[in-house]
Amino acid sequence: MTDMPSQDRMQAKKPPSRWVRMWDSDLAWSFRHSPVALVSLIVVLILVGAAVLAPVIAPTDPFNPASLNLMNGFSKPLEPNAFTGEVFILGADDQGRDIYSTILFGLRISLFVGVSAVLLAMLIGVTFGLIAGYVGGFVDSVIMRIADVQLTFPSILVAMLIFGLAKGVTPIAYRDEVAIWVLILAIGLSDWVQFARVVRSATMVERGKEYVQAAQLIGRSGGAIMLRHILPNVLSPVLVIATISLALAIIAEATLSFLGVGAPPTQPSLGTLIRIGQGFLFSGEWWILFFPAVTLLALALSVNLLGDWLRDVLNPRLR
Amino acid sequence: MTLLSVENLGVAYPTRRGNVQAVTGANLMVEPGQIHGLVGESGAGKSTLGAAIMGLIDAPGGITDGRIHLRDQSIGGLDKAAMQALRGAKISMIFQDPLTALNPLLTVGDQIVETIRQHLDLREDEARGKAIALLDRVGIGDADERIDQYPHQFSGGMRQRVVIALALCSEPDVIIADEPTTALDVSIQAQILDLVRELAREQQVGVILITHDMGVIAEITDVVTVMYRGQVVETGPTAKVLGNPDHDYTRALISAVPPPNRKMHRFELISYGGGLPKVNIDELSGGWTAPLSDGPLIVAQSLTKLFVQKRSLIPSRRRYFTAVDDVSFDIRAGEVFGLVGESGSGKSTIARMIAALYSLDGGSVHFDGEAVDRGSSATMLNSYRRQIQMIFQDPFSSLNPRMRVDAIIAEPLRHLSDLSGDEVTRRVDALLEGVGLGSAAGRRFPHEFSGGQRQRISVARALATRPRFLICDEPTSALDVSVQAQILNILKDLQEQLNLTMLFISHDLPVVRQMCDRVGVLRNGKLVELADTETLFEAPQHAYTKELLRLMPRFRTG
Repeated sequence: MTDMPSQDRMQAKKPPSRWVRMWDSDLAWSFRHSPVALVSLIVVLILVGAAVLAPVIAPTDPFNPASLNLMNGFSKPLEPNAFTGEVFILGADDQGRDIYSTILFGLRISLFVGVSAVLLAMLIGVTFGLIAGYVGGFVDSVIMRIADVQLTFPSILVAMLIFGLAKGVTPIAYRDEVAIWVLILAIGLSDWVQFARVVRSATMVERGKEYVQAAQLIGRSGGAIMLRHILPNVLSPVLVIATISLALAIIAEATLSFLGVGAPPTQPSLGTLIRIGQGFLFSGEWWILFFPAVTLLALALSVNLLGDWLRDVLNPRLR
Repeated sequence: MTLLSVENLGVAYPTRRGNVQAVTGANLMVEPGQIHGLVGESGAGKSTLGAAIMGLIDAPGGITDGRIHLRDQSIGGLDKAAMQALRGAKISMIFQDPLTALNPLLTVGDQIVETIRQHLDLREDEARGKAIALLDRVGIGDADERIDQYPHQFSGGMRQRVVIALALCSEPDVIIADEPTTALDVSIQAQILDLVRELAREQQVGVILITHDMGVIAEITDVVTVMYRGQVVETGPTAKVLGNPDHDYTRALISAVPPPNRKMHRFELISYGGGLPKVNIDELSGGWTAPLSDGPLIVAQSLTKLFVQKRSLIPSRRRYFTAVDDVSFDIRAGEVFGLVGESGSGKSTIARMIAALYSLDGGSVHFDGEAVDRGSSATMLNSYRRQIQMIFQDPFSSLNPRMRVDAIIAEPLRHLSDLSGDEVTRRVDALLEGVGLGSAAGRRFPHEFSGGQRQRISVARALATRPRFLICDEPTSALDVSVQAQILNILKDLQEQLNLTMLFISHDLPVVRQMCDRVGVLRNGKLVELADTETLFEAPQHAYTKELLRLMPRFRTG
């Protein structure tokens, strides 16, 4: 803190560019020196890339009935089919669908639902957390009591409740179409509480700082102070929680789909694939279940490890 | 015979950008019964040196070279277990914050008895008897009763006495006191310093007193060592070092200490290690000066503020704490009005009430003849806000860490004035040039600046809307003394050349004497005395003011 007079004038030195600064930041440095984080990120990038490029790289379109041949049913991985001679690297299911292709498309659904649900939960949770932490008093009590009540139910139960309610009010013809959106809504609404709690406590710390008073002094409104001043300063724990909840949301989606209340068979997610596969597990067709399950595991695990690493770097005290 | 000697000690912390040498080639000698002051500004390495003697350097840091001897025994390179046995037994430590140094879950007695039994071979009841004797020794009355109380039942000063008793348990040879009175009010500081001096003499303990406060050094130390950037620059008898320093840095440091016994025009800034950044008032103000009106600019009448202590739905069961109790004063245009008081006296609350950050629970504030409070109309409030600004205490929390410096300074302009974008940019650049940081500083973030530089940014922000009235809430208490002198000089220049009216809040009496024309003394939310600065310092009327002045550490220069 000692004032070094010779450094007081900073005109001579040009600030480095944004990219140089990012590469040089402690976060990037710690990332480059963490093998776990590096491997996790590579796995996540490969899976996300595969999901995004699924229509291009998938050998078959598993949802086009015309391309399906029932004779291909139950093809073993890497072995030519006894009737058609076709080879499926990860085998084929009972309908003769290529498991590899269905996984690529399933990954798409899983990731889409997971990311959207977390974004929704983040939006709701951060908004309520900011308001509760900044305004305080009665408003804070009401918001946090709602959060407490919701926490007493397992989130999967809340999600099933919302899913059931939404299903009840949708006409049968549209059910499959809206199923994905209902799923996002259900998981997002069941997950906002932890965002709200963390943001609330961080906001209460920031609210007491003098820069907030400086903004109040010039008459900024509460909303402007929350958005411009407090929000950027409470984002790092949000980032950590978002990453960890992404893994949880993907698993929640898989669980719901596995239970049959999630993604419909016409738009199968990884969870749907696992549900389909488990029927064949005991009859020896293990690959129908195994490969989607391994993909889900790899995705959830690497996202989780990334989240753990982020938490350790950004906020060692959260541990 | 020398009790503790440190020779050529080096301490380094490895980081990803290479080793940071926190202490280089430090030498230190402590005799029994001597109080050895270790003084320096933040980052000087004085606490690191103390921690190195205790063997408390946190990994991955470590002692790189040099020797530490306690009597004849070398303790520099001891392993952890041996060091642990030594620490506490022969060397003990008094920390800055008595709140965190004690375990809140154990009674004071339990903590002392446990420590005694760890170091001395005593039975439980003997140890308890000794603990009571120790508490009695450090000036805690009814020691045999208070020994069974918990730390929260003690006041801050009493807690620090307990910490001292704890440090004495093992009958150590050396005590390292790291800023032992920095967290305490001035009246308690004097008592603790007296106690430390008595104990050192009586028990023939060598005390290393680490502090940034020249007043404390002058008050109780026998020998002083001055550190700067990890190096010892000067060491010698206190009177010699303070009265006739050999080293330029010591001279610069001493010249920056505000003298309590006279008012200076400006601090004589002796720069050390490079030129000081120039402040350009014309650039800051763009030639603007506040219009001087006759009579008072601010009239505060019977200000009262209650804080809720116990909430309840039923109004009769709510309990309130009166933070500010019927305080009235006025501030004339162009004057610097000071408010002094110890922590909890309500001085910051009054500042926030005048700034319309807090609502008033009683009384009124008039600015230039018009009543202002949080309930006033938005146009009225905004015009008021344009004319008042505030400089906060902590330069680390008063600037939003996620905003660029130019955005921070521009915010009041964007919100309160109708300047165009270009004009705002030009004004911000001029302000940054004016406070001596240069306009390129605007593209950086606050964490890239030191405490003093950040406080300059705060000054630039406060002046952006060209206010007539500036509230300074302890603007220098978080700063090093040499930086404090620079900031105080800037504030004085501004005040004189721009006709600014100021409310200056501080707990530091010498600083108040330098800055203020009139001073109000607050105690427990009440204004006990209000007088011209010179009258107040030379002929205080109220008993409390007299007491405050008597306890002020005496450090006279010139």
